[in-house]
Amino acid sequence: MRQTVRFYLGDDLCTLRDISPTLTLLDWLRDRGRTGTKEGCNEGDCGACTVLVVRLEDGRLNWRAVNACIQFVSMLDGAQVYTIEDLGTADAPHPVQTAMVEQHGSQCGFCTPGFVMSMAAYRKSEGASADEQAIDDALAGNLCRCTGYAPIVRAMKQAMAAGPDRFDAQVEAIVERLMVLQDGESVRLEGPEGTLSIPASADDLAEILLTDPEATIVAGATDVGLWVTKGMRRLKHVVPIGRVPELRSLTRTPEGLRIGAAVTYQDARVAIAELLPDAGEMIRRLGSTQVRNSATVCGNIANGSPIGDGPPMFIAANATLHLRRGAERRSIVLEDYFIAYGKQDRQPGEFVEALSIPKPAPGAQFRAYKISKRFDQDISAVLGAFMIETDDGGRIIAVRLAYGGMAATPKRASGAEAVLIGRVWDQDALEAARSAILEDFAPLTDMRASAWYRQTVAANLLTRFFEETAGHGQARLARTGGLAHV
Amino acid sequence: MSDLVPGAASTSMKHESALLHVTGQAAYIDDLPVPRGTLHLVPGLSTKAHARIVSMDLDAVRAAPGVVCVLTADDVSGENQISPVHREDEPLLATDHVHFWGQTMFAVVATSRQAARQAVRLAKIEYEEKPAILNIAQARENGSPMVWRSLTMQRGDVERGLKAAPRRLSGQIEIGGQEHFYLEGQAALAQPGEAGEMRVWSSTQHPSETQHLVASVLGRPHHLVTTEVRRMGGAFGGKETQANAWACLAAVAADRTGQAVKARLDRDDDMMATGKRHDFLIDYDVGFTDEGDILAVDMVLAARCGWAADLSGPVTDRALFHADNAYFYPDVRLKSEPLRTNTQSNTAYRGFGGPQGIVAAERVIEEVAFATGLDPVAVRLRNVYGTGTRNLTPYHMTVEDSITAEILTKLVERCDYQARKAEIRAFNRTSRIIRRGIALTPVKFGISFTATHYNQAGALVHVYTDGSVQVNHGGTEMGQGLHTKMVQIVLREFGLTADRVRITATTTGKVPNTSATAASSGADLNGMAVLDAVRKIKDRMITFAAEKWSVAAEDIHFRSDGVHVGAEVMTFQQLAWQAYFARVSLSSNGFYKTPKISWNPETGRGRPFFYFAYGAACAEVSVDLLTGEHSIDRVDILHDAGQSLNPDIDIGQIEGGFVQGAGWLTTEELVWDGAGRLRTHAPSTYKIPACSDRPRIFNVELLENAPNREETIFRSKAVGEPPFVHGVAVLQAISDAIASLDDYRTCPKLNAPATPERVLKNLMALREKAG
Repeated sequence: MRQTVRFYLGDDLCTLRDISPTLTLLDWLRDRGRTGTKEGCNEGDCGACTVLVVRLEDGRLNWRAVNACIQFVSMLDGAQVYTIEDLGTADAPHPVQTAMVEQHGSQCGFCTPGFVMSMAAYRKSEGASADEQAIDDALAGNLCRCTGYAPIVRAMKQAMAAGPDRFDAQVEAIVERLMVLQDGESVRLEGPEGTLSIPASADDLAEILLTDPEATIVAGATDVGLWVTKGMRRLKHVVPIGRVPELRSLTRTPEGLRIGAAVTYQDARVAIAELLPDAGEMIRRLGSTQVRNSATVCGNIANGSPIGDGPPMFIAANATLHLRRGAERRSIVLEDYFIAYGKQDRQPGEFVEALSIPKPAPGAQFRAYKISKRFDQDISAVLGAFMIETDDGGRIIAVRLAYGGMAATPKRASGAEAVLIGRVWDQDALEAARSAILEDFAPLTDMRASAWYRQTVAANLLTRFFEETAGHGQARLARTGGLAHV
Repeated sequence: MSDLVPGAASTSMKHESALLHVTGQAAYIDDLPVPRGTLHLVPGLSTKAHARIVSMDLDAVRAAPGVVCVLTADDVSGENQISPVHREDEPLLATDHVHFWGQTMFAVVATSRQAARQAVRLAKIEYEEKPAILNIAQARENGSPMVWRSLTMQRGDVERGLKAAPRRLSGQIEIGGQEHFYLEGQAALAQPGEAGEMRVWSSTQHPSETQHLVASVLGRPHHLVTTEVRRMGGAFGGKETQANAWACLAAVAADRTGQAVKARLDRDDDMMATGKRHDFLIDYDVGFTDEGDILAVDMVLAARCGWAADLSGPVTDRALFHADNAYFYPDVRLKSEPLRTNTQSNTAYRGFGGPQGIVAAERVIEEVAFATGLDPVAVRLRNVYGTGTRNLTPYHMTVEDSITAEILTKLVERCDYQARKAEIRAFNRTSRIIRRGIALTPVKFGISFTATHYNQAGALVHVYTDGSVQVNHGGTEMGQGLHTKMVQIVLREFGLTADRVRITATTTGKVPNTSATAASSGADLNGMAVLDAVRKIKDRMITFAAEKWSVAAEDIHFRSDGVHVGAEVMTFQQLAWQAYFARVSLSSNGFYKTPKISWNPETGRGRPFFYFAYGAACAEVSVDLLTGEHSIDRVDILHDAGQSLNPDIDIGQIEGGFVQGAGWLTTEELVWDGAGRLRTHAPSTYKIPACSDRPRIFNVELLENAPNREETIFRSKAVGEPPFVHGVAVLQAISDAIASLDDYRTCPKLNAPATPERVLKNLMALREKAG
C-alpha cells in the first residue's frame, strides 16, 4: 500500500501526499504557476484546459488529450503529464506552434494553448492524417470564438506535414521512467478533505466498496468531475478505477465483445465499430476527443443518465451488464439496469465490472441516430438506436428500438416493436410503427427540445431507419464527402 | 508601397502576440502574478426574476471556512450605481428588489476562490415574488416601460407610399439573442495603493469607463484609479460595459480589506449574470411593384432589453440605422421599442443591433422575391442604393460610396451563383429527405459611434535613445489584431522592423479619457491617433536633421534601410541619439477626432457615419427534412476592407465573424424557463459553432483596389463587425431549401435561430400548406 500519488509533470516526478481526492488537475497546475492551461468553462466542454496525459500501456506510450478541469489529480497515478509549457518555447516552438503562428490560428489566444495541445496529441494518434473529418473529430472538443476554425484546420494540415517533435527522441526515456512508476501497489490517502483509494486489482476494489458502500467510483470523471466543479459536492471517499487491470481489458470473444469498466470510449470505439459500424460513427460524435479519452463505456451506463448516448445503442444491441459485489457476480440485460430516473439496479457496494455486446445475428441491421442542436459535442435531444432482423421472406423476426432523451431512462419503444414483429418490413409496417411510437413515450420539454420535437423526430428516425435498411440507402446529412442522393 | 518595411501597415504581419499565444505565455487577468495575500471574490446571484428582498441571512456565509467578509449594498462607500449611461438604474449590489434571475445581491470575499464558491451557497434569502416580465410579448401585453426613448426615423410619407403601391405585404420576424461566449470569462484584479489609490487590472473593452465607475463606487476622483488591460481572451462587445461590475466589486472589496482582490467569474455565473445580444421581434409592412421595386417600408423593431438601460438605447437605434441594409426605401418609417424585461440587461454585441436590423431588411427582400417570383439577388440589385440618385437613407444621410451592386455582381459571377442555383433546384426535384438551398446577401455597415463624442482617440509614443519605440493608445486588444495594426503603423512611418517596436498594455495612466474599443472603430480612431503621435516625433526629427545636416526637409526619408538624410543614410538609432543629444523631444501624444459626422436623435437626421463598409456572402446548405438539421456546404465571401491595414488579419476577422454570425442564426439558442431562469448557461447547453460547423468549402476574398474614399488610416476600412452579418446568408439558404417543398411559391418566414426544431416545424407547416 502506497501513501502517495506519483506522476510526472514534464520532467519532474511529483509525489503528492496531501491532496484532496477531488482536486482538479487544472486548479493544481494553475496554482503551481502553470497558467498556460486555461479555464474556459470548468465542465469539460470548451477544451481551453487541454493537456497531454501519456500512459504506458502494453509496453507502448499512449498520448491522450484530456480536459484538465474535470480530471482529478488523484487519477493521474502512474502517468506522464505535459502542459503547454512543456511543448515548446518561442525560440524552439513545437511544429504545431509554428503552424498556428504561420496560419494565423490564434486571435485572442485564450483557447490557443488548448488547441495546440489537442493538435499535438492528434499528431501522435494512430492513423493521423490531414483528412478534414479526422481533424474535425480531433478538434471537436476545443471551442474557438474568434477564428471560425478555418486557420486552425489549415495549421493542423501544415503541422501534419512537419517533422518530429521534441518528445519523439525521448520515447525510450519516458517508457523507462513510467515503467518505474508501475509498482502494482494500491494507494490510500486520508486527508481532511476526504479519502482516496486507488485499487490495483478488482479484488481490492470489491473490498473497498464492501467496506464503504458510500465511496464514489471514478472512471473518467467526465460526469463526477462536474459534481465537484459545478455542484460543489464534497466527496468523502473517491475510488479511481483506472489502474485495475481486469477492468481495463477489452476482449473480443466468439460471442462478441466484453468491455471492462475502465475502458474508455476512445479505446473501445474500433472494437465496437467492428460489431456495429453505425455505433462507431455515433461514438465519433459522443462528447469530444478529450471526453472520449477519459469517459468510459461503462461509466456512461453506470451513472444512469437518461440522455447518455451509449445506453440506447447498447440496449438496441441487446447488451448484458456484469456487476459484482464482494465475491458475488451477476449479469443482467442492460435495459433492466435502468429502473427509474436516478434509480438503477445497483446494490450498495456493488460495481459494474463490464459490458458484453453480442455479435448481431447475420443479416441483422443496426443504426444509431443522434439528434442535437450542434452536430459535434452536444448532448442529444433524441438518440434512436435500432436493430432489426428479417427472415428470407422479409418478415421481421427480431426488432429492438431503443431511445435516449424520450423518457426518464433510456428505453425501448415496446409498442412499436410489438407492431413490427412478424410483419414484412415495408411502408405499411413503418407507418404502423410510427403511429405506435407516439404512444410509447411522453417526453419532456427542456432547453434542448420540446416534447413535440422529440416525439416527431422519434417517429421520423424510424423513417430514416426504414430508408436505410429497406429503402434507398443512406438517408442522412453527410458532413463530408458529398451528399447521399435520396 | 514597394518601399514598405516587412510588416508595415497595408501588408500582412502575424499577430503581435502569436508566439506568446501558442506557447501559453500570453497573460490574461487570471494569469498575472498576484500580490501576497490576494483574496478572491464570488458574487451571490438572485434566484428570482423579480422580487422584493424580504431578508438576506448571510451568517452562514460569513462563518464558512476561509471567508474574510461578505459585501452587501451597505458596504459600497461611494455610489452603489454602475449604469454606464447614468440612468441610475443599475445598482452594483441589489438593495430592496431584484429585477432578474442572476442579479448580484452580495459578494463573498475569501482566502481562496474555492472557499468563496462554497460559502456563497450558504446564503438564506427570503423573497416576496413579484410578477416577472420575461419577453417582448409579455412586455407589450403588460405595458412594460421602455428602458430608453423610442426612436422613429422617417422620410417621405410611408402611409401614402404603402397605399399607393401596387403590391403590399406584411409580416413578422423573430430574431434570437446571443451569448458572447468569450473564452476568457469576466475577470478583474484590484490592488489598493497609498493615499486612496486603486489599481485595477480588468478584462475590459473600456478601461476609462471601468476607471470612472470604480472611482464612483469608491467615492473618489478619477485620478486615484488606474485601469490596465494587456489583452482580453475575447470580448465581442461583452466586455464593453459588462466588465465594470466585477472590477467595481473587486475594488470595493480591496478597499474594505486592504488586500488585493480578484474576481473571476465561473462560466455559469458569467452567463447568468451578464447581458447578451438583444433578441428582436420585428414587424414589417412593405409596398412594392411586380418588378420587385420596393416603394415603402414601415417597420417596428422591438427588443428585449432586460432589467436596465445599459446600452439598449444606442443598440436599438443602430438596429434602425441598419434596417435598410443596402437598400433605398423611397418612403420609410422605422420605429424602435426598447422594452424593459426581468432578464439579463442586454448589451453590446458585435454589430450592436445592426445585424438584427439587417436580418429584417433581408427578410423583406426575401418576401418580395417570393411574392414576385423573382430571384432574391435580382430583387436586391433592383433596390440597392444608387450612386447619384436613390441614395438617401432613412436618417437623411446621403450614401456617397455605394458599391453594393458592384460587390453583388462580382460575387454572383465568382461563386457561379446562377449555375449552382439551377443545379440545386434540379437536385431538390428528386431528393426526398435532403434538400439544398442557396442564398447570396449583401451587407452595408455604418462606421462610427453614433454617440458622436465617442469618435475620438489618443495615443502616446516614445522613441528611446537606442531607437527602440514604445507605443500606447486608448484601444484594447481582444484578439482582433488592433495592437498588431498599431505596431504596423509605426513600422511604416519609421521604417523599422517589428522587433524595434513594442506595444504595451492599455492603461488609463498613459492615455486618458478614451472611448470603448467598439463599433469596429478601434483601428480607425486609434490608428489615426498613433499616426498623429508618430508624425509629430518624426517632424521633430526631420526638422532637427534638416538643420543639422543642411538638407531640405523633403529630402529626408524613413526607409527600410535607414533614414535617408539627403545622400546620407543613417540608422534610426543614430538619428534618435543625435536628436536626443540636441535636446529634441522624442515622445509625443497623438489625438484624433472623426471629421464630418453629426447625428441628432431628436430630428432623426444627420450624418452619423463617416463611411460604410460593404461585403456580400453566398451560402449553400443542406437540410434534413426528417429532423431539421442542416450543414453548411459552401460559403463564398467578398468583403470590402478598403486598403486593408493587414489583409491576413482582416481575412481572419471575416472568417471568424461569419462563423459567429452563422452560429447566432442557427445553433445558438438562449432558453429561459417560465420562472425567468436562463437554462442555457454553459457550453453544455448553449452551443456555439464547433470546428465541424465551419463551411465545408470556405472562400474568403477582400475586394481588391478599393481604398476608402474617406481619409481613414491609410485608406483602410473597419472590419470588426461588418462580416458578422454575412451569417444571414445561411439563414436564407436554409429558408431556400425549405421553400423547395412547395416549389418556391411561399416564403417560409423562417425565424432565428434556425435550430433543428425550428426548421422542422417550419418545413412541416410549409409541406402541409403545399398538400
